[in-house]
Amino acid sequence: MDFDVIVIGSGPGGYVTAIRASQLGLKTAIVERAELGGICLNWGCIPTKALLKSGEVYEQLSHLADYGLSAGGASFDFPKIIERSRGVAKKMEGGVAFLMKKHKIEVLFGTASLEKGAPAPKVTVALNAGGKRTITAKHVILATGARARTIPAIGLESDGERVWTYRDALVPKACPKSLIVIGSGAIGIEFASFYRALGAEVTVIEALDRILPVEDEEVSKAAHKAFEKRGLKFRVAAKVTKLSKSKTGVAVALEAGGKTETLEADVAIVAVGITGNVENMGLEALGVTVDRGHIVTDGHGKTNVAGLYAIGDIAGPPWLAHKASHEGVHCIEHIAGLKPANLTAPIPGCTYSNPQIASVGLTEAAAKAAGHEPKVGRFPFRVNGKAVAAGEIEGFVKTVFDGKTGALLGAHMIGHEVTEMIQGFAVAMTLEATEEDLMATVFAHPTMSEAMHESVLDAYGRALHI
Amino acid sequence: MSIEILMPALSPTMEEGTLAKWHVKAGDTVKAGDVIAEIETDKATMEVEAVDEGVVEALLVDAGTENVKVNAVIARLAGEGEVASFETPAAPAPQDDGQGSPKTIRQPEEAAPAAVSKAAPPALPAPAPKLNGASGERVFASPLARRLAQAAGIDLKSIAGSGPHGRVIKADVDAARGKAPSFAKASEDKPASAPTRQHQSLEQQGIPAGSYDLIPLDGMRKTIARRMTDSFRDVPHFPLTIDLEIDGLLAARAKINAMLEKDGVKVSVNDLVIKAVAVALKRVPEANSSYTPEGIALHHHADIAMAVSIDGGLITPIIRAAETKGLAQIATETKDLAARARDKKLKPEEFQGGTFSVSNMGMMGIKSFASIINEPQACILSVGAGEQRPVVKNGALAIATVMSVTLTCDHRAVDGAIGGRFLSVFKALIEDPLTMIV
Repeated sequence: MDFDVIVIGSGPGGYVTAIRASQLGLKTAIVERAELGGICLNWGCIPTKALLKSGEVYEQLSHLADYGLSAGGASFDFPKIIERSRGVAKKMEGGVAFLMKKHKIEVLFGTASLEKGAPAPKVTVALNAGGKRTITAKHVILATGARARTIPAIGLESDGERVWTYRDALVPKACPKSLIVIGSGAIGIEFASFYRALGAEVTVIEALDRILPVEDEEVSKAAHKAFEKRGLKFRVAAKVTKLSKSKTGVAVALEAGGKTETLEADVAIVAVGITGNVENMGLEALGVTVDRGHIVTDGHGKTNVAGLYAIGDIAGPPWLAHKASHEGVHCIEHIAGLKPANLTAPIPGCTYSNPQIASVGLTEAAAKAAGHEPKVGRFPFRVNGKAVAAGEIEGFVKTVFDGKTGALLGAHMIGHEVTEMIQGFAVAMTLEATEEDLMATVFAHPTMSEAMHESVLDAYGRALHI
Repeated sequence: MSIEILMPALSPTMEEGTLAKWHVKAGDTVKAGDVIAEIETDKATMEVEAVDEGVVEALLVDAGTENVKVNAVIARLAGEGEVASFETPAAPAPQDDGQGSPKTIRQPEEAAPAAVSKAAPPALPAPAPKLNGASGERVFASPLARRLAQAAGIDLKSIAGSGPHGRVIKADVDAARGKAPSFAKASEDKPASAPTRQHQSLEQQGIPAGSYDLIPLDGMRKTIARRMTDSFRDVPHFPLTIDLEIDGLLAARAKINAMLEKDGVKVSVNDLVIKAVAVALKRVPEANSSYTPEGIALHHHADIAMAVSIDGGLITPIIRAAETKGLAQIATETKDLAARARDKKLKPEEFQGGTFSVSNMGMMGIKSFASIINEPQACILSVGAGEQRPVVKNGALAIATVMSVTLTCDHRAVDGAIGGRFLSVFKALIEDPLTMIV
């Protein structure tokens, strides 16, 4: 037995699991076929935040006069923006490499495949540097993540030139003049927001009847308005029937409300969901149960094959880095015989557009559907002192409580930096706070977080500043 | 100023007990150290001593009352002259939270002079203010769990928490709903389909009422029932039996007792067994262990719990660090512990926390038996009667005094090989007792 644990994939699920394993005294190896840190650090969460920051600062330059400032000749250097984003990713990747070393985790760069073994499947790594190495462990944890879903039948597939997935959209040679984004989830909206900030004409197509369909309806609506104000265009309840390429651009045919329409642009971004990386690892031969691109696991990440576990994107939605880390830590602690709390903590979700969107728990509609009689509170940033002073008055905080028990069921926000505020409600929900505890909490003044407090008060008819 | 006497906690986990007997009555004068009451828990009877002096103003709980909550006020003393100088400190004086020591809490109150004759004793007063180490009272629960439990009329204390550090969370209350005894409207709540054993009454099983006497379950009986059921159901156990020739041991014992006669000490076979067990555990430490989810605990000392049959049940007083003790000391301790166990005078720390148990039924002529694991200990040794049996020696029949012992092992911590090794070491020690002192 070479190791106690082998983790396959070094994204935020895999590398965090490996660190926790090492902390628990387990001899650990991690296999990575590309860059340490996975999609999140290299092609997702982190580099997009770098791009969005450039976009945000550039956009603010056009509002300088609002703050009594002026500066002449605002412009941007697109390759430099991309370069900065890549530098940020590189830096974070180096951080993961350091962490692996610090925790004495052996890193194997290569592509892993599994074959039958006991007490866990054997792992053979086709090393990137050439050659093969077979390693064994008591436990093997799959954390291979996911990739963009494509639909080649109607042309929704990257060619790296005119049709992009998130990967291409992070490293284009030039900023497109016009852009069609297919899919209005967090990924689609973030790219739309970035390219619009740099002046591109952007149209977002959504199959469902509203953008950001997983968010609360009121938030979707407010976001739609806020984005339109910035010049984004939308087609909702619109079905893409065909994407075709030309030398100079793309044409997207769609069907909406019984009518057909064709949109043209320089480039299209395909952001229609993701699919798990389950192929070419020998899962079929092992008999691992896979359901619609995702590995089926029990409440502790265990698959149906002895000694084999799966966490993160590959184990199903929500496809979020922090969910993967959380699952990974739970899985390894369970393996180590600890008794981690059940995986019932609510998972917040964030979209880093301008304005930002953040939420945790049930939407108002979902709460009703689940049989609650919700009590709902709202508070706009428009009357929050800090927001007014900062000139960031867009958006609001919405809270959903169970009318009977006072349990906080969900919280939904749109506005400046709300992604930094949502944790407050995540903590409250994890600790099973009721409205009473939230009302009794003292919020610092002046902060935008005061709107969180007011929203809670409002749910019980007690808001003070409105 | 009067002084409240509170129901003491005899152990860190005790939540309630029976006030068995009062040794004083209203109007008696007591001084510090006087025994004023006896408290009975599932395990033992303890005497409560006064720590202050004064005149007993009122006994607030009748003798024989069951389920008296720890820290409830059980009596009041009217302080005398001196008492005034006690001065109620602004902050409560820190009190030793050592088990068993009764606590009193002084409270500022208008002096109600002694003469209180009675007036119907009030219903149990609410638990005393949490001035001192009443931390055992606090139930950790999430705000939502508290509210749900209150709404459902479920006592939070009756719920086992599954959250961090045993915190009661919503899921626990949901699980307990309908299952837990509800003090609101028990009749309305359907009994939940709890996975507990269906209990049929004797009548339902064809034994008519009136054809038997029913002995109520006291604390000890309930504890034995619960602990043995849990252990037998949850611990994967197996027995290993071995025969020991004890002629050499008996001869050694006679010699030892002749030597110790002048000291008035008499060593029993059981004492020798305890000594041998302790020495054997030192050599096979894996058998002196406990299984825990975090790992297998190998105990540093052989704290040998010996089963003593007492009125209404049994109890297991402990010879601490038996591997460090000589036979004479072990013999003295076992005699003292057994005598006090029968009088129910053991302190909790004297019967809680052993690492290995010995149960001896030899005196009743039992040839061999397999005890139930005494959690969290991984092993228990069952000792049968020493009797003359035919044995084969050098190919010929011979007579030897033989004693069969059975080691029951918790397989999670002790595998057959470990148990077997322990028994072979133990056998060598018993059959050649001199090796015990080497």
